[in-house]
Amino acid sequence: MSEIIVSASDVMRTFMISAGVFRAKRPLHAVNGVTLDIRRGEVLAIVGESGCGKTTLAKLLLGLLPPSGGDIRLDGRPVMTIPRLEMAGLVQPIFQDPYSSLNPRKSVGAIITLPLVVQKDQDPSTWRRRAEEMMALVGLPPRLYNNFPNQLSGGQRQRVAIARALINRPEVVICDEPTSALDVSVQSQILNLLQDLRGELNLTYIIISHNLAVVEHMATRVAVMYLGRIVELAETDQLFKAPKHPYTMALLESVLTPDPSLGIPDTHLGAAYPNPVDPPSGCTFHPRCAQVMAHCSVQAPKRVPVEGGHVECHLFDANLGKEKAIA
Amino acid sequence: MGMIGKAGVPTASEILEPSSASLMRKRIFGHYGLMIGIGSLLVIFAIALLAPMLAPFDPLDQELSRKLIPPIWSGSAKATWVYPLGTDGLGRDYLSRLIYGSQISLLIGFSAMLISGVIGTTLGVLAGYFGGRVDMVVNFIITTRLSMPVVLVALAVVSLVGNSLWIVIWVLGLLIWDRFAVVVRSSTLQVRNLDYVAAAQAIGCSKMRIIFSEIMPNIMNNLIVVATVEMAHAIILEAALSFLGLGVQPPAPSWGLMISEGKGLMFFHPWLIGIPGAALFVLILAINLMGDGVRDVTAPENRN
Repeated sequence: MSEIIVSASDVMRTFMISAGVFRAKRPLHAVNGVTLDIRRGEVLAIVGESGCGKTTLAKLLLGLLPPSGGDIRLDGRPVMTIPRLEMAGLVQPIFQDPYSSLNPRKSVGAIITLPLVVQKDQDPSTWRRRAEEMMALVGLPPRLYNNFPNQLSGGQRQRVAIARALINRPEVVICDEPTSALDVSVQSQILNLLQDLRGELNLTYIIISHNLAVVEHMATRVAVMYLGRIVELAETDQLFKAPKHPYTMALLESVLTPDPSLGIPDTHLGAAYPNPVDPPSGCTFHPRCAQVMAHCSVQAPKRVPVEGGHVECHLFDANLGKEKAIA
Repeated sequence: MGMIGKAGVPTASEILEPSSASLMRKRIFGHYGLMIGIGSLLVIFAIALLAPMLAPFDPLDQELSRKLIPPIWSGSAKATWVYPLGTDGLGRDYLSRLIYGSQISLLIGFSAMLISGVIGTTLGVLAGYFGGRVDMVVNFIITTRLSMPVVLVALAVVSLVGNSLWIVIWVLGLLIWDRFAVVVRSSTLQVRNLDYVAAAQAIGCSKMRIIFSEIMPNIMNNLIVVATVEMAHAIILEAALSFLGLGVQPPAPSWGLMISEGKGLMFFHPWLIGIPGAALFVLILAINLMGDGVRDVTAPENRN
């Protein structure tokens, strides 16, 4: 039982994208050197724009995709060497859209007991009782046991997905935008449920979200992703009070306020999100950065350790990354 | 939430939400197309099974003295209730031939559909689920098959190997799986990228379990529709082959063969073609109505 439950070091995942019939395939570095340690019992949020590689990272951590490079360890063991069933008992996902994450042909009971069936659980006579206990725990009335997903509301469906993920008591739960497909009124119910379950079942959460309010509410630490890299990793309070990376600042400024007289915030992110097949040189954020310096387009920034995490930006580099730029 | 009544007393919501079985029954019986299709098919099926009891004469029994008796509705003086559908050019009772012919049509339709369904579904699921190289190979096989004209190949094979009922069935089954493969491949592609397949992978399901319990039930709708279309297709192809003289061999009573045998006499005795043609039409219509109905009734989006 180590303190660090998930450990990723320099993880890469490259997809080959075809550019056309007669052109060679080009690499897309969806995850491009992610280093991350997740402590047992913490809630790590991963935030970033669409297309920054959050979901690919989640799939890598779930073992659904093999990494192209680097090393992911779960409880100290490389993920790709852990047998499929054991892996399933350790890490479970909760998906964004409860309308596509439940098989429409199966009843709620069949969906929730499937993990027990697959794990060849020893005692089939207890499955129904355990599924109903789990349903009670996630706030589903047991009468829904024989219903089908399309007879449930969005919130109820997401509860079914949570029950399925938790019935085998995993250590780590990866939530990919767990609330963004739900009504606002249901979102907080689901988030509070996830909070309560974490205490009760001793879970470690990895929450992928672009909703900063959710992140601030749930997370103990936050990782900010940009073009396949984690540009800033810090304690939640620290990150929201004193963001270091210019991209984090821009993200925090982009949150809409309830006061319409303030207008739509200016994020200074003038240029559009770059094409990940053709990322900018040097620091990949430099075309959009408010504090860009001459050498930013030449030299990629190093990982600078800070309290509770790290930041990748020349502003915090001791010699500002100038050594190679000048040479 | 938590609206469970006291022991044994149903709550309002339990009364207002009928069980899924009763809803299913309601949808099946409310679907007229499905009921008509199943009804006609059951009648034809019963006729085929009970042919020896229903047919008034031996379908092969020739008697030239009573040849070409018109059916009773023709108003001709020769028409008689002994031969309600008349007789053919060799004096065989047309009703008996029609009844026995249904056996051959149904047998060929079902068997060829099963053979082609197994081949096409296997190829389609493999291509859709595994993608990449497997998909390329399967696509090549499908394209190869599509470039062969079914009737010509069937004619060539039957004339080389000779023709028996089972050779016709196998030739048809091995030739008409392309639509199964194409449809199953594309529906598998759609389903395999849905989150519930990823969830099943994360739960630790084997590939076989994912294919059989997550993907197959969700492409069943399309499969059923294709199966009925292909069954009808096989029956029509058999009729065409028999018409060309290379399917079921005389004197066996096949509906296609009956049309073929009647074609020389069709200007003066059109019922020889009209009656088996109408029978084929009713059978194909019934199969297609049933396929559409089954798809409508089992689609999860209609389950409320």
